[in-house]
Amino acid sequence: MSRHTVDDLQAIADAIVAMAEPGEQIEANVARSRETDIRVYNGDLEHFVSAQSQGISVRVIKDGRTGSSHAGTLDEVAWREVLAEARENATLGSVDEWAGLAEPDGVAIVEQELWDDTLDAFDTAKKIEIAKELERAAVGADPRVRIDDSNYSDGATEEAFATTMGIRSSGRSNSCYASVSVMADDDGETQTGWAYALGKNPAEFDLGKAGIEAANKATGLLGAVKPPSKRTTVVLDPMVTAQFLGIIGSTLNGESVVKGRSLFANRLGEAVASPLITLVDDPTDSRAYTASEIDSEGLAARRNVLIKDGVLQMFVHSSYSARRAGTKSTGNAVGGGVGCLALQLTPGTKTQAELIADIEEGVLIQSVQGLHSGVNPISGDFSTGASGVMIRNGKVAEPIREFTIASTLQRMLLDVLAIGNDVDWLPMRAAGVSMVIADVTMSGA
Amino acid sequence: MSLIDLSHEFDSSVLSRVLAKGRSTGAGFSEVFIEDKRSMGASLDDGLVEQVSSGRDSGAGIRVINGETTGFAYTADLSEAGLLAAAGAAAAAASTGDGGTHTVSLGSAKRHPVNTVRIAPQSVPKARKVELLMIANDAARGIDSSIVQVSAGYSDATRRILIANSDGVFATDEQVRTIFRVSAVANGDAGMQTGYDSLGHTIGFELFEEENINELAERAARQAVTKLRARPAPSGALQVVIKCGSGGVLFHEACGHGLEADLVARGASVYANRVGDQVASPLVTLVDDGTMSREWGAIGIDDEGHESQRNVLIEDGVLTDYMWDHIRANKEGRAPSGNGRRQSYEHLPMVRMTNTFVLNGSDEPDDIVRATEYGVYVAKLGGGQVNTASGDFVFGMTEAYLIENGQITEPLRESNLIGNGPQVLADIDMLGNDFAMGNPGMCGKDGQGVPVGDGQPTLRVKSLTIGGTAA
Repeated sequence: MSRHTVDDLQAIADAIVAMAEPGEQIEANVARSRETDIRVYNGDLEHFVSAQSQGISVRVIKDGRTGSSHAGTLDEVAWREVLAEARENATLGSVDEWAGLAEPDGVAIVEQELWDDTLDAFDTAKKIEIAKELERAAVGADPRVRIDDSNYSDGATEEAFATTMGIRSSGRSNSCYASVSVMADDDGETQTGWAYALGKNPAEFDLGKAGIEAANKATGLLGAVKPPSKRTTVVLDPMVTAQFLGIIGSTLNGESVVKGRSLFANRLGEAVASPLITLVDDPTDSRAYTASEIDSEGLAARRNVLIKDGVLQMFVHSSYSARRAGTKSTGNAVGGGVGCLALQLTPGTKTQAELIADIEEGVLIQSVQGLHSGVNPISGDFSTGASGVMIRNGKVAEPIREFTIASTLQRMLLDVLAIGNDVDWLPMRAAGVSMVIADVTMSGA
Repeated sequence: MSLIDLSHEFDSSVLSRVLAKGRSTGAGFSEVFIEDKRSMGASLDDGLVEQVSSGRDSGAGIRVINGETTGFAYTADLSEAGLLAAAGAAAAAASTGDGGTHTVSLGSAKRHPVNTVRIAPQSVPKARKVELLMIANDAARGIDSSIVQVSAGYSDATRRILIANSDGVFATDEQVRTIFRVSAVANGDAGMQTGYDSLGHTIGFELFEEENINELAERAARQAVTKLRARPAPSGALQVVIKCGSGGVLFHEACGHGLEADLVARGASVYANRVGDQVASPLVTLVDDGTMSREWGAIGIDDEGHESQRNVLIEDGVLTDYMWDHIRANKEGRAPSGNGRRQSYEHLPMVRMTNTFVLNGSDEPDDIVRATEYGVYVAKLGGGQVNTASGDFVFGMTEAYLIENGQITEPLRESNLIGNGPQVLADIDMLGNDFAMGNPGMCGKDGQGVPVGDGQPTLRVKSLTIGGTAA
């Protein structure tokens, strides 16, 4: 959020918090948002969604019990009802000696530019044109390519937050993107590709590049074969590395640690990864797509070094998990729990092509499927569907698909052989970068 | 707080005016979708009921279709002024000029009576719902001293919907869903393992009179304990036997999505232009059935106001039909199939599955295992994902065992399986006679989640790639 007073929303949040009775902690979140969602198909506008929504959510903690409630309207009748429900819900839970809202910790907010006036004023007809132009760029890139859909989306949110601990803030943010997905056909076979264009406003979009990227992904997989099963070295594309880091981040969650669900509990100070790995969660880095000013408890977001030169330094915490662990919040409250906000790896010095040149035989993993079903961050088992390209004698060779790669999270961190210099600030909670991992099992034919 | 009785709250003259406003810029079709949803949830973790929450979400989505273009707007303001404003926005979004005035007379659509709710969730004290969590916690922890962590969740939702459209459809439904989940972590010499089970039906609190929470929790805990001695799953193509009621997601991914008419029309499905073709082993008859009483994907009407139906998609291996929504059915000049669904009033409807399952074959389940020399027995599948255009799909196995010489032997660690839809359908070579529905599921498509069910008898696929690490 950009620091920007949203008076009417802040007034509602303040009014809810002002209702607190002795011994009662209240947190109120009030938001209003609007969105535009445009889809184009074969040059025609297929759908145009234009909408506004709002919501109130309230959390009440009393006598160590927590209750919450939400509603989708802002009027006083609604918020009084939400508060009453949250209070009733707070009589039902268990007494938890650690339950409580965050106390202000004096850490200064690092301001981010999360609002763009150009986007706010952007003409609607031009948004439709963007989706059409992106479609043309993708389909025009190769005669074998046809469209699946081309989209433009934007959204704007105003939000206010208040707690009985004295934390108050309000702000606004907006964002936009265009995305395209295509199919490529050849000889009875169909493969798919997608890409997106990002920017603070649509004028920053590189639609031509996104169109070509989507087309190349689809055509690149045409003729792909199922590889034989074997142990091999893999190069993860930046997007795949970012997905992998998201999972690693979840294992460094302080709540998982205090509840005995983390692989890395009791391993602080130990080498858990290759010395090449320095992993930082830094939502104050304005280059990160998920750069933020505060966490969901209203504390300043901050830079935390999680793994340095392979050695585990710390876990991320909310005020709740920190209280249980006997430490301080790291500004990582997310929703009702704990999470990393904007992960990044310290990059290496080589381009992806240079990394590949060092590999006699291996696989470039360009996309993965089924991370939600094949990776268990508690046991560490890692198995995912994949597609990509074989690497032979330092060069990319034939495309491959319908195979899996498997190892364990613990081993993969230790087996990192190299990290590239191609940092990509993806629209995810982790930045991407090429990464080489040894001794991964590829299962195919 | 009580739910709005939608059919009394919104009289047909108001709805008619909103529909007319939707067509004011020349559109041939307009639709009002009104939703009022109450939900309640409680979660336990680490022995404590951490949070009890509740919510109310109500609003309307107005859809206007003008030729190839759909305009859509939604609002939480259910006053006539609010509905008219949203209809105006949707109409503008799909505008082609002046469409003049339109009048609509609203009929009343049929509704399949699937959701017979004996004990409405709102009528049950929240404290009773919370008690269930402690029961589950104690039951799971009682299984074995290796259980180090248990979490459990209860939630219910009561969703009332009203749909009126300019074709004269006027329909309402009340959809109640009650679900309970347990997950457990066991710790052993080789690290931690997890177990999970869930129970959900389109009924009310009577779910807990009919089903046993203790048994559910014990199953989740046992799964975690068993996996402590699991060895790495094999790597490569093997015979795979999937236990009844655990592998419906296979069909959901291998062909269900590919039979959705919106994907078919875009040529984004390997099953496009294949009606009448043999697309699966002759053993396979696949049905999508929104009328299936109590099951997680059961609906009285779909989210476009059409009565739910039982649709045979594949019969004896031959593709008989796709699943349809209003837009696609209208284009083909045929009736919709009751598969137009949406996550909420904030979303456009699309073609979605309901309860998707494979009918019984004739093999004894024990014979299927006995006939398998070396392979994998999957007792529980996790989620999956499919690329409908190429047909490639993955799904996770969360509880699996090795089959050696026709016997189920050692437990295996988790991994994904990968296959290609049409190939896997053709490769089903044994089908059991022990049909069962599986766990309640949530299906995601284009950013929207809807509840779905799936089911199948025990079956064997003669070759699927197991993504483990063992040679």
